[in-house]
Amino acid sequence: MKIETRKVGDVTVLDCSGKITLGEGTMAVRNSVREILKNGGMKIILNLGDVNYIDSSGIGELVSSYTTVTNGGGQLKLLNLTKKIQELLAITKLLTVFQVYNDERAAVASFS
Amino acid sequence: MTTTQRPDASRLANKSRIEVSIGSALEYLDLVQTLTDCITSFMAFDEDAAHWIGMSVRESVTNAIQHGNKMDQDKKVDIRFEVSPDRLDISITDQGRGFRVEDLPSPLDPENLLKPSGRGIFYIRSFMDEVEFKPLPQGGMEVHMVKKVPSN
Repeated sequence: MKIETRKVGDVTVLDCSGKITLGEGTMAVRNSVREILKNGGMKIILNLGDVNYIDSSGIGELVSSYTTVTNGGGQLKLLNLTKKIQELLAITKLLTVFQVYNDERAAVASFS
Repeated sequence: MTTTQRPDASRLANKSRIEVSIGSALEYLDLVQTLTDCITSFMAFDEDAAHWIGMSVRESVTNAIQHGNKMDQDKKVDIRFEVSPDRLDISITDQGRGFRVEDLPSPLDPENLLKPSGRGIFYIRSFMDEVEFKPLPQGGMEVHMVKKVPSN
């Protein structure tokens, strides 16, 4: 699991790659998102395009990050869902919760 | 992009059983996952089905370690694969106190939608053809799941 953070204007994009599974993967997402919030970042995009594996704990961490950011007054959006992540979110009705984008520029523009 | 060659299934016995027993540590999950991927690669599952079988086993073993055995290193999780021409049977047994599956809250209920956990068994039931939860007389819980090989 690797997360690279970059800024596009006032939006923080987290490029995630590898596995988001219980333990190291979920902790990495959790810590990165909280770190951004702590530093005042309120507009966060999780780019999941290179996440080749996720388990139910990983899905749970996406939900948890979403609620943490929302409760902190910010917004968290998802970018580039793989087919498998899309399916896992769809069958647990979570596609209705997240704002999901396939195009980074559209995702960034959606905050303004 | 690498292409993987399916092993020659005709060289395998008609029915084989593969068993592994692990301690209650999450570090073993990747090992179990690799073993599962290896077994499904011998069978006529497509890439998606193989992925979901692997995930179902991973979820079930995670539950056995975390919720069943409560991470107690002295307790084991037994994983048994039975490979048949038309189906894969997988049993995962822990040494915990067991649970009633009907007591588990539905992750689809509006009040549970944003909970960080509680989706694993729902996913297993979504992806496997049969799933059974059996409390064992000697204590512990057995989860038995089946994926049928698609007939051509």
